[in-house]
Amino acid sequence: MVETGLVRAGIPTAAEILAPSPAAVLRRRALRHWGLLIGGTILAIIIVMALLAPIISPFDPYDQQLGRKLIPPIWHASAKATWVHPLGTDHLGRDYLTRLLYGAQISLLIGVSAMLISGVIGTTIGVLAGYFGGRVDMVVNFIVTTRLSMPVVLVALAVVSIIGSSLTVVIWVLGLLIWDRFAVVMRSATQQVRVREFITAAQAVGCSTPRILLTEVAPNVVNHLIVVATLEMAHAILLEAALSFLGLGVQPPTPSWGLMISEAKGLMFFDPWLITIPGVALFLLVLSINMLGDGLRDVTAPENRN
Amino acid sequence: MLAFTAKRLGIALLVALTVSLITFSMIYVSGDPAIAIAGEGARAQDIEAIRKFYGFDRPILEQYFSWLGGALQGDFGRSFTLRQPVADVIAARLPVTITLGALAIAFALVLAIPLGVLAAVRPNSIADRFALTVAVVGQAMPTFWFALTLILWLGVYWRLLPITGSDSWLNFIMPAIALGYYVTPAIMRLTRAGVLEVLSSDYIRTARAKGLRPMTVLFKHALRNAIIPVVSLAAVQFGFMLGGSIVIETIFQINGLGYLAWESIQRKDLPTMQAIVLSLSVIYVLLTLVADLLNAFLDPRLRVT
Repeated sequence: MVETGLVRAGIPTAAEILAPSPAAVLRRRALRHWGLLIGGTILAIIIVMALLAPIISPFDPYDQQLGRKLIPPIWHASAKATWVHPLGTDHLGRDYLTRLLYGAQISLLIGVSAMLISGVIGTTIGVLAGYFGGRVDMVVNFIVTTRLSMPVVLVALAVVSIIGSSLTVVIWVLGLLIWDRFAVVMRSATQQVRVREFITAAQAVGCSTPRILLTEVAPNVVNHLIVVATLEMAHAILLEAALSFLGLGVQPPTPSWGLMISEAKGLMFFDPWLITIPGVALFLLVLSINMLGDGLRDVTAPENRN
Repeated sequence: MLAFTAKRLGIALLVALTVSLITFSMIYVSGDPAIAIAGEGARAQDIEAIRKFYGFDRPILEQYFSWLGGALQGDFGRSFTLRQPVADVIAARLPVTITLGALAIAFALVLAIPLGVLAAVRPNSIADRFALTVAVVGQAMPTFWFALTLILWLGVYWRLLPITGSDSWLNFIMPAIALGYYVTPAIMRLTRAGVLEVLSSDYIRTARAKGLRPMTVLFKHALRNAIIPVVSLAAVQFGFMLGGSIVIETIFQINGLGYLAWESIQRKDLPTMQAIVLSLSVIYVLLTLVADLLNAFLDPRLRVT
């Protein structure tokens, strides 16, 4: 028997065996990406602290003790500062660290929920527009253009004020408003995938359209989806904070970071840390999510970096 | 160009109409606007009186067309609370917001374009990293918190600028910075990407090969082409900022359209709310239309109909 090239065809060469698998390449790139690592770590810490809030803090975020109000944080050169309340207390004597931790739950809850709602809407219409093109694409383009021409903050405020604000209303209003980027990105990602050979092959062997969309298109656009999802989650968190700051988001006494800044606004000239602490928390959360998103984009699609 | 213009105009008109329909339906999201205005615990006859007074008892389509017909003639009805025509109130407040928006976009461009160019000329240099930091921080900082921090430092600690009001031009500096910083990242990233792309093109190599000075190549040849998309992005961002100025105007108590919007939302002044949403949307539609036409005029490749 002569060993021919034909016999060897299915067997990987030594070089192929030694080459790292695609997953390993991704992992290696991810572990070298500082932004991704730092963003992911900060976000993980915030999530863990939010989930463990009842364990970390011995206080109730709603418990008002006027006898201990406006204690400054621990780094403050004041005799009142105490390790019992490391971040101090607010104007109603509620422990600020406790409110910050429970506020993280609210921010994350709104960010994730609004992102999921807008993700479902935007991805559906974006993928449909990208896959079918033609008339469908025109209609979707028109819907996206219309949505973009309406000012988000203003419409959100107006609708929330007419319906009446609650956590659920804020989540749905934001979710129904911010799907535009999902639609735009998913549309162009699907357009790129649609013209590949394996789609034509799937069509040729008679796969149904839903099946092609789910098993052929979806796996190839999911990396773009994850990147947009992180950015939109950050967007939703910032919008919620702005709505709550203007008094039309999460209602008192629920601890929300935007609301905490709003409540402390009148005292900020005397006790500026009251707005600094929730502001920095908000900044860190959004920053970490954005860094994670940018990092994921660099790792999964380095060619899109610029 | 003519066919493109006609098509683009048609789309803009359709978008404006759809927006007007959505804006009109907005007051019906809660079901009954009369109950929303009367507030909780209002008596049935009060709600009925409100319904009659504002014409909510008429067929919905009739209400929409009479509202739209009025709007087309510049009549948005009377404000519920200010006791004067909504159009007059908006006409008085719009220039303030446009001034603020223009100052903010000017601030953003002055900060973003040099940073973007610098970052593109020397990729991965210290300048590039600095520009990236400015962008990343700008995207993550809550506008309202940034505004409060500016007030605290520039207004209270250093006493450089007045804190609230809209009487002198000094009042506009902090709001313009707060509002402009928010749109800086997008403009900077686009400038950087545009300049990077243009610098690697053939005609730039030719320009360099024939011995032009690097500065001439950069400013006379590269920047001119790279700046075209930035101009249209700036127009679009200007539209976004008019809508986003509600937060900033409320904080600095600037008597513009954003503050008016906030006041009318607080008082459930539906005609004013609708009129503001509609006019800001129409301004945005017009801005994108102008930007698109300008781009198509400058770059014939975009005139695909």
